[in-house]
Amino acid sequence: MPSVTAVAQSSGVVVEIGGLPIRLRCDSPDFLRQIKERYDGYVGSSNDADFDFEIELAPPGSVSHDEDVRVTWDSERWLMKRGDFRAEWNPSAARGRIQQTSNPYSLDSVLRIVHTLLLAREGGFLLHASSAIRNGRAFLFSGVSGAGKTTMARLAPPDAALLTDEISYVTRRDGRYSAVGTPFFGELARVGENLQAPIEALYLLAKGPKNKIEPIVGADAVRGLLGNILFFARDPEFVKLVFDSAFDFVRHIPVRRLTFVPDTSVWELIV
Amino acid sequence: MNHSRYVARSTAIAARALGDETMVMSATDSTLFTLDEVASVIWDAADGVTPLDEIVANKICTQYDIAPEIALKDAEALVENLAEHGILRLSDQPLAQSSSSRREG
Repeated sequence: MPSVTAVAQSSGVVVEIGGLPIRLRCDSPDFLRQIKERYDGYVGSSNDADFDFEIELAPPGSVSHDEDVRVTWDSERWLMKRGDFRAEWNPSAARGRIQQTSNPYSLDSVLRIVHTLLLAREGGFLLHASSAIRNGRAFLFSGVSGAGKTTMARLAPPDAALLTDEISYVTRRDGRYSAVGTPFFGELARVGENLQAPIEALYLLAKGPKNKIEPIVGADAVRGLLGNILFFARDPEFVKLVFDSAFDFVRHIPVRRLTFVPDTSVWELIV
Repeated sequence: MNHSRYVARSTAIAARALGDETMVMSATDSTLFTLDEVASVIWDAADGVTPLDEIVANKICTQYDIAPEIALKDAEALVENLAEHGILRLSDQPLAQSSSSRREG
């Protein structure tokens, strides 16, 4: 008769972000427990999954943290590696393998990469941006580190549902762009609410002496967006997909410069 | 000795015209370039078989008020810069455009 531990190993944990369920299997019940805690709110209630990943834990100290992330296509699978993980994923077989230490941050990085690759096929992307839903519509606040993404999330009023303070998940389904909650957080260290809503506007952040909104159009809008999209794969077809998605996005969604004073008054403009 | 140079757009890029400008992104390092109107003319004509001096003579000097030798010098500086970033290929011989394979993900 199988033990409780054996049942946990065979079923794994299904983490569902953006409606894409991914099953994570691992021999270590402790690590599976860490995964459940880390992705609380995004752990699927069903055991069904679109993709399966087997995680092999390496001993601590057996990895280097200096190596940059590298994502390449090798005939039928994506290869992903950084100092702290090695992973491969065959989309056709719906299976992958991850070698890492028991640091959940490594798994977080692999999941981000997998989701960027999945989203690219449907015209979506991950964006360096905080995002929130207010009055049934999603607002994205994008910028480089220090631009104010987490500040905007911290200042959000009680009626705003925070989707993320760091990495926004943008989907294009049925011809509409939506923002989806993610467990990917930044300084706020808070998992976003697992909700989604149509995107109303993308704001490119700048701090200034007073609150101000200005439209950004054409090449400036595309540049502003592309500068904040997460690109992992150094792959011509992937880059072309995301590049085209950026042009399509700015055709459909208003892009604006939001210059703001870091206090709650800025949210009076976000309606 | 003066000899013809050939330029071809790399396949490891994504590019799109927006008004008079052309935006080009390198697939190898995601660097984004914005080509102005004149640079866009050279980009569009970079088919690998038309010599650069011919592109400058027929596409630039006929449309813009610029001395041919200055136009060619500027064009050479431009294509060398873009070639350094891998978004254009430069050769003393005509170049064939290559293709890439499909994948999922």
